[in-house]
Amino acid sequence: MMDFKTTVFFFLSAMLIFAALRVITARNPVHAVLHLILAFFTAAGLWVLLQAEFLAMVLVMVYIGAVMVLFLFVVMMLDINLDQLRQGFWSYLPLGTVIGILMVIEMGMVLGSRYFQVPDSDLPNVAANASNTQELGALLSTDYVYPFELAAVILLVAVIAAVALTFRGPKKTRYTNPADQIRVKAADRMRIVKMPVEKQD
Amino acid sequence: MLSLSHFLILGAILFAISIVGIFLNRKNLIVLLMAIELMLLSVNMNFVAFSRYMQDPNGQLFVFFILAVAAAEAAVGLAILVLLFRNLKTIHVDDLNHLKG
Repeated sequence: MMDFKTTVFFFLSAMLIFAALRVITARNPVHAVLHLILAFFTAAGLWVLLQAEFLAMVLVMVYIGAVMVLFLFVVMMLDINLDQLRQGFWSYLPLGTVIGILMVIEMGMVLGSRYFQVPDSDLPNVAANASNTQELGALLSTDYVYPFELAAVILLVAVIAAVALTFRGPKKTRYTNPADQIRVKAADRMRIVKMPVEKQD
Repeated sequence: MLSLSHFLILGAILFAISIVGIFLNRKNLIVLLMAIELMLLSVNMNFVAFSRYMQDPNGQLFVFFILAVAAAEAAVGLAILVLLFRNLKTIHVDDLNHLKG
């Protein structure tokens, strides 16, 4: 009989693996993004199970709320030819599956606790009044101040790069400059020309 | 009982799935980007699991920085994708041969 935590773990892992498989096999890219959102949400659940609440919330709010929605917008804006993009899918499927299963078996042998010394202990308990957020915040503002500021600079560079890449330049249409329009005088607009009267013959 | 191996093997399975995703969808740039996101998630899962079982919060801070860099990477990657689609009207990987590399 499994205890409650293990049951939740296996339920969430099954969901996560299903979502990941649908991400790589979905025909429609919008479905792929939606399953990716499910995968991230399930991973956040697993992190709550690991009592890493702060990161779980960051994953839900920043990753699902911002990055994945950005993905969704971009996928919906692109009008892509699905059949052309699926070419080669079935011919690569057998090789890809074999390599994937081999990788899982190899890593499972190394990471399982039967043959190698991965500690076989249960999840360590945390104190009842311990705060994960407080702990990370204290570290972030002491030991990791400089990397934290560097991360901010990296994000700024990314913002500028994204804007610079997609900026189309100034508008190429003709328009009247309001400043010139106000400064104009009556003499600039109309010129009275004296002409001799022509005789009608 | 929930041991460290459970989480590490889950991370390994996720990583393998995303590698297979790169194999299968090598013509589709946008699914390639999604497979990379999944790969980062599996690495983060390992970091969080190790951090909890070794009772060392430094691992969780590393995940925090990985998330920041991954967000930047996704923004720039999607900007390049939009630019590519605007100029070429396709995101088929075989059509991206302008550098003749």
